[in-house]
Amino acid sequence: MSSTSTSRVGKVGKPGTNPEQGRSGVVTPPRRRQTRSDSWQRRIPLLPALIFVIVMTQLPFLGTIIISFMNWNAYYPDERGFAGFSNFARVFTDVNARSAVFVTILITVSTVLISLVLGLAIALLLDRKFRGQGIVRTMMIAPFLVVPVAAALLWKHALYNPEYGLFNGLLTLVLGENAPQPDWVGSMPLPALVAALVWQWTPFMMLILLAGLQSRPLDVVEAARIDGASEFRIFTSMTLPHLRQYIELSTLLGTIYVVQNFDHVFTITAGATGTANLPYFIYQTFYTAQDYGRASAAGVVTVVGTLVVAMFALRTAFAIFKEEGR
Amino acid sequence: MSTSASTRGDGTTHATQTQKVGGRTFVQTKPPRRGMLLTILAWVVGILFFFPVLWMVLVSFRAETDAASNPPVLFAPVSLEGYRTFFAAGPWPPLLNSMTASVVSTILVIALAFPAAYALSIRPVKKWTDVLFFFLSTKMLPIVAGILPIYLFAQATNLLDNIWLLIILYTSMNMPIAVWMLQSFLAEVPVEMLEAAQVDGAGLLTTLRQVVAPVVMPGIASAALICFIFSWNELLLARVLTSTVASTAPVFLTGFVTSQGLFLAKVCAASFVVSLPVLAAGFAAQDKLVQGLSMGAVK
Repeated sequence: MSSTSTSRVGKVGKPGTNPEQGRSGVVTPPRRRQTRSDSWQRRIPLLPALIFVIVMTQLPFLGTIIISFMNWNAYYPDERGFAGFSNFARVFTDVNARSAVFVTILITVSTVLISLVLGLAIALLLDRKFRGQGIVRTMMIAPFLVVPVAAALLWKHALYNPEYGLFNGLLTLVLGENAPQPDWVGSMPLPALVAALVWQWTPFMMLILLAGLQSRPLDVVEAARIDGASEFRIFTSMTLPHLRQYIELSTLLGTIYVVQNFDHVFTITAGATGTANLPYFIYQTFYTAQDYGRASAAGVVTVVGTLVVAMFALRTAFAIFKEEGR
Repeated sequence: MSTSASTRGDGTTHATQTQKVGGRTFVQTKPPRRGMLLTILAWVVGILFFFPVLWMVLVSFRAETDAASNPPVLFAPVSLEGYRTFFAAGPWPPLLNSMTASVVSTILVIALAFPAAYALSIRPVKKWTDVLFFFLSTKMLPIVAGILPIYLFAQATNLLDNIWLLIILYTSMNMPIAVWMLQSFLAEVPVEMLEAAQVDGAGLLTTLRQVVAPVVMPGIASAALICFIFSWNELLLARVLTSTVASTAPVFLTGFVTSQGLFLAKVCAASFVVSLPVLAAGFAAQDKLVQGLSMGAVK
């Protein structure tokens, strides 16, 4: 998948500065063309990492493509053989598979959007000097530093549990003996998942956006303020445009990680009641049902879907990282 | 300029100030209460986000009967019951496996990523941006899309339940992040200094040590921190590819939870112990964390 999307981005982006001019002067005089041996010398340090990553990421995916065209279930080893497109047909007609696609999009979009908005609001709150600024920042980071499985367990048992979870405990504390005691995970599994994910990813968004806010040129903001611009106006026409690349960056990175989330779905709902996302669905099809062919077809579908998103994402990424002035 | 202090600073002390700027007089119109309210709001939000972590620690030090109280109490008698049960369940091999996998894969990542980043910044290959984006694009390839062939390969070569398989996989999982970060730091090495070193006849090693290292060391620290955290946290690969010998702390955590009886204190104790290395490393190096998370784009 990758080579197509990267070359595309390369063509679209066109870096503002030509690195060859800026850098090659170190060893060879500028403008002299790289000789063949020189360009090989340049390549050698790159090759171990590049070959390693190609072997470790592209080869397995090639294997997935091959298996996706095979009839292969580990429970029925004798029936292994070529299956044509039947695995794909099954993935597209399977209600669970379609639901997994929908759930993945829903979880990713809602988690990233809510975390982004909350993260921005909190970053703005923390971007002023006040007593305990450092302590509040440290407290805000904590959720991101809890191991995801541990965080999922914490939410499922210590917070959501209908009998002794903190949420229902607080309800009892505030509303008394007859307080409602909802079964959070049972009655609203998707919001419960998203809430636990938002708790972990808001600090991530907040940290990147706060760094963005603190790199804002303050003298310009100051000038605008002196000229009588309102706080709202300063925010919409100065702060937000400056933050744009940081917003794009945190959205891109957040999406990369949340779309692959397995830990929370596995721990909190175990994919039950319509919460299985694609990673969990594939895990289940392959690990529990041992249906290698169908799991691989679902994997290929996931990658094709990701590829479409990645084309836009990489283009965005290109713009972001170029604007960083490298 | 202290007009800025009134809005960016603590409103309670500066808000009523009158300021002369460029011959004009400005009277701050902000009520002093606003800064105070924002400060309180920031504290409330911080405590809200931190509270589940604090709750985890508090509950972990309780007897099971106190841990499951409803309505909840903030302080209960301290008990080490949860920790005793956790450490009696044999968590050391998985914790050691996690430490081995995270530390060794992080070292491998840096060892491979540093030369690659060098070839993408200081002495760049042709089309270095394409190579850089190829690395990023592999992060968009979901792990599940390749896990089955890896599993079958490991099965055929007897590598299942082997910590080295995880080490290799974590190395490739974190390689793009490290390459990006180190590239962005190496690109900051001033060309003039490299040229000066060249003119002075410094060899590659001397140049690396005296010109490159000071600039890129913080980058290596950030990359290492973030690679360590992501390896330590990883569950899917470890769960599928290990069983008893090489299982890691997150896998142990999922197996530790049983649905029988009271277990809240145990779960919280286990979650806290498993998260402790990441919490400690992350708190100790907060600014490195930000650089690492943004893949070096934010310095």
